[in-house]
Amino acid sequence: MTAHAHAAHLETSTGLDNRKLAIWTFIGSECMFFATLISNYLVNKGRSLVGPFPHEPWTSPAGQHFEPIFEIPLVTLGTALLLFSSLFVVLALSGAQRGSRKALIGWLAATIACGLFFVGMQVYEFTHFVHRGLGFTTNLFGSSFYTLTGFHGTHVTIGVLWLATLWVDAVRGKIPPPKSLNLEMAALYWHFVDVVWIIIFPVVYLIK
Amino acid sequence: MFLRTVARCSFRWTTALCLLALVLAGCSPEHHPQTTLLPRGDFAKIADDLLDTTVRWALLVFVLVEGVLLYAIFRFRGKPGDPEPHQTHGNTTVEVIWTVIPALILAAIAVPTVRAIFQTNAMPGKDALTIEVVGHQWWWEFRYPEFNITTANELHVPMGRTVSLRMGSNDVIHSFWVPQFAAKRDVFPNRETRMWFTAQAEGEYPAQCAEFCGIQHGRMAHRIKAQKPEDFQAWVAHMQTLGSKPPGTAVPADAGPKYAEGEKLFTAKGCIACHSLAAVNAPKGLVGPNLANVGARSYIAAGTLKNTDENLAHWIRDPQGVKKGVLMPNLGITEAESQALAAYLRAHK
Amino acid sequence: MATRVLDQHHAHAAAHGEKTGLWSWITTVDHKRIGILYGATAFLFFLIGGIEALLLRIQLGTPENTFLSPETYNQLFTMHGTTMIFLAIMPLSAMFFNFMIPLLIGARDVAFPRLNAFSYWVFLFGGLFLNASFLFGAAPDQGWFGYANLTSKQYSPGLNVDFWMLGLQILGIASLAAALNFFVTVLNMRAPGMTLMRMPMFVWMSFITQVLLLLAFPVITVALILLMYDRFFGSHFFVPSGGGDPLLWQHLFWIFGHPEVYILILPAFGIVSEVLPVFSRKPLFGYAAMVFSGVFIAFLGFGVWSHHMFSTGMGPLADTFFALTTMLIAIPTGVKIFNWIGTMWGGSLQYRTPLLFAIGFIAMFIIGGLSGVMHSSPPADLQQTDTYFVVAHFHYVLFGGSIFGITAGAYYWWPKMFGRMLDERLGKLHFWLMLIGFNLTFFPMHFVGLNGMPRRVYTYPEGLGFDLMNQIETAGPFVLGVAFLVFLLNIFQTWRKPANAPADPWNGATLEWAIPSPPPEFNFAEIPTVHGRDALWEAKRQRGGMLPEPARVSGAGIHMPNPSYWPLVTAFGILAFFTTLMVMGHTGIWPVVASFAILLLGVYKWAYEPAG
Repeated sequence: MTAHAHAAHLETSTGLDNRKLAIWTFIGSECMFFATLISNYLVNKGRSLVGPFPHEPWTSPAGQHFEPIFEIPLVTLGTALLLFSSLFVVLALSGAQRGSRKALIGWLAATIACGLFFVGMQVYEFTHFVHRGLGFTTNLFGSSFYTLTGFHGTHVTIGVLWLATLWVDAVRGKIPPPKSLNLEMAALYWHFVDVVWIIIFPVVYLIK
Repeated sequence: MFLRTVARCSFRWTTALCLLALVLAGCSPEHHPQTTLLPRGDFAKIADDLLDTTVRWALLVFVLVEGVLLYAIFRFRGKPGDPEPHQTHGNTTVEVIWTVIPALILAAIAVPTVRAIFQTNAMPGKDALTIEVVGHQWWWEFRYPEFNITTANELHVPMGRTVSLRMGSNDVIHSFWVPQFAAKRDVFPNRETRMWFTAQAEGEYPAQCAEFCGIQHGRMAHRIKAQKPEDFQAWVAHMQTLGSKPPGTAVPADAGPKYAEGEKLFTAKGCIACHSLAAVNAPKGLVGPNLANVGARSYIAAGTLKNTDENLAHWIRDPQGVKKGVLMPNLGITEAESQALAAYLRAHK
Repeated sequence: MATRVLDQHHAHAAAHGEKTGLWSWITTVDHKRIGILYGATAFLFFLIGGIEALLLRIQLGTPENTFLSPETYNQLFTMHGTTMIFLAIMPLSAMFFNFMIPLLIGARDVAFPRLNAFSYWVFLFGGLFLNASFLFGAAPDQGWFGYANLTSKQYSPGLNVDFWMLGLQILGIASLAAALNFFVTVLNMRAPGMTLMRMPMFVWMSFITQVLLLLAFPVITVALILLMYDRFFGSHFFVPSGGGDPLLWQHLFWIFGHPEVYILILPAFGIVSEVLPVFSRKPLFGYAAMVFSGVFIAFLGFGVWSHHMFSTGMGPLADTFFALTTMLIAIPTGVKIFNWIGTMWGGSLQYRTPLLFAIGFIAMFIIGGLSGVMHSSPPADLQQTDTYFVVAHFHYVLFGGSIFGITAGAYYWWPKMFGRMLDERLGKLHFWLMLIGFNLTFFPMHFVGLNGMPRRVYTYPEGLGFDLMNQIETAGPFVLGVAFLVFLLNIFQTWRKPANAPADPWNGATLEWAIPSPPPEFNFAEIPTVHGRDALWEAKRQRGGMLPEPARVSGAGIHMPNPSYWPLVTAFGILAFFTTLMVMGHTGIWPVVASFAILLLGVYKWAYEPAG
């Protein structure tokens, strides 16, 4: 409570800092953005004229055979790490709020590492899919899949950049408890990106 | 003072002008061959009945509400030295009344609306005449599978028999509109849409594409010819004789001297690549309209030019000048060549 | 006396860092200045959009006219619609959001002043980007709604659609940033005692508008991205040959598009709700009903979108659903109209220019609303849609509604914004000319539409009976032109007067009238405490008369945010990003990357700049 009064110059009508309210508002708007992308994926589900397909094998008219394209185990690992990273960022924030520089730097590094793994996993996945015959314009599934997961991955990347910037600040001692709101905003964004993935993963990868 | 007088006069003039416009517009549908206000078909009648219903309610609400507004404007005019008026904040009863009454009026509109929605979406019976409509940039193709004939831009329908339209597009979204007999329905390149109507009056009427479809959307018109059943049958029978002519077919007796030259040019200039002259078994997906009976159509260039010899020759010679952007290119055809081609096409009735 | 006050003001201003000059405008983060920037820019675009309309009307004045070629016509009608919606009405509303919201809620600025400046610069760049297309002879020509698959590369190979697609993305960023800002501002920066149900109605309607912006713009952002992928990278989201569906574009567009029309009208609703009570000398009738009807309209506004698609053959269930929701939304709209009349009823109407425009708004909006109800019935709509009947409808609500409302706001708040009163006689002349010109132009369209004239046509033949109506419709814009000249004359003449308007020329009810005209940079010397609605009337009542003219104080000790140029740099990065994206085919990816780097630089410097 005192941290709020300290940070805000004036009392706010809701008691929340302007920036915290802003990040929640931004997240609300982004929900519509991803809802539209996910709807686009669902609308196009099953409407591709040619394969490769996500869950079924396909043989092209020319006789080329394609297995279902998804590799669930790898993505599941990435998903698990992304979920854990949300826990790690909470631990980092807790460290920041109680002034434990060690906890802040350590857990924040862990968060970033998980984020980087996730992005790396996606880059690998995309490259692999392209090699196996699913390009961006190959079919509606490819276009919709790459668009949806690509935008999510971009959001993860921006989150990683944001957290990395804060990590540098933390190392330089520039995130004392009164300034923990900066990290809290990034953490909220990070949780949002995670929640979006929690929806995308079953909708795209698991449900047939 | 002067301005107030000007204002009052202007207000009166505006009202007078609007009423005049109302009168002029509504009273002479004969001067509006494309009007939606004189339904001559059952589908259009359904639409028109609903329009009547909504207009009546709208006029009532308009007169009442604008009337109250006008009254308030004059009645509560403030004068200098007026005391502060009573500081009313609201009235719950009045709020309820003016929420419920509009809801009731809307219900009165909703009930016939829903009924009409289902009516107009119903499938026509098995004895309906199926006509396939295909929109192209910037002309209309009509196919009669029952008779195996194809034509373009001039839709013939029999009076009294329900016509079932199955519609699509060859390129972008267009909208097929038959204001006199039906209404409009968009046509798509990837899905079929349907509309039906029964023409209940004879005559030839103009119509236009009603969905922006590119540079010449403004000149993508067509004609609808509703004929007595026997006249329609005669037309069908005649169209069924317009099959592809094997080489060596004799020149028609009434064809003029330019016919032969026109016939040669039709192939030499490449017209044959885009246009079919056979109404029967006509190939699908051609860039240009079917010309089997073009000589007899009242309009050319998709309902936008009267079908005179001069216009026909001009259109052939300079389509880009008539309808810029149209897919028929200027082929450098000379005046003499265009007249020969026009004569050749004129003979295709 | 007035000049001495002004001299003191300038001396003070110079001493306390309030600068003048171009650089101070470029780096300003003051919501009042940003409001003026929005207003001036939007008004210019409005005049451009008006000239575009005038040219269209000249072409349609006679049948088979050759004044404009079909391509030019199609570009002009597309740009007219796009300009009026995105570059005129929305930013004119933003002018009032910016200038007035902090004043109305008793705040010193918005929540994020630099983000505010950023929104303006991005808007300016977006408008310039869109209009730059004219220089390339490739102005957008596919309609403001850009239906697929006409917009595919196959059927629109030129740059026209690219300008439109990317221009709208730029403008979307501006709108989203501003919406975020005002949402937080209204929710979080109200003066002590100003509960939500004590806020002025303009603040309420604006607040709802921000919610609509935040939820609707992401949808069109996605639609434009998918279109861009189709055009630039060869995907088939909207291309049938690859399995895509043009109808998907329509759904996405109208899920944005319908809330967009409420975005266009709600601020005007709010302005009228401010003007009517002041000039009727009694409070707004039915405050709670007005709030809830606004909320209901916004909510339901997301459930009516396919009424723009009745002719697409969605089937009877979809048609019925959207017909019913559309009819339903007429109810809260009607409630508002009745409450406005209720405000006037029993009042002491003061016929100044703001009231004339507010009443004109009500009268015209009733007509537009009624033609809207006529559209709500699909079978009837199948004759009306895509004809001039629709053109009549939306001009009655957007011009007769939004523009009349915004003009009322301009006359009402002009003294507060500029310290000068606009001339009353010229104002009244402006009103009557605008009312006559507007009705001459658009009323006949109801008839010519029902008589069979489709819309978006560059000409029409003789013999269809459209001639007389079109002639009248072409005469109207010239009257409108004179109306705007009168307005410009009024502005120009007023500008030359000294800025000595009183703080409260209208006996206003709300907080902005308690501070000097124009306000000092910090707005309120002391943040007021509010005890009810119409806080200023309450204060005057307690005092037993008008409040004294507020003194101009120095504002020493009040800390205001520092100016900054990083918002401009970041906005420039966005412009560069989209421009290089458009020409990526020719110039490759590295300029895009470089632009993104400028963008990142702007963001980082902005984030790490001391907020002051």
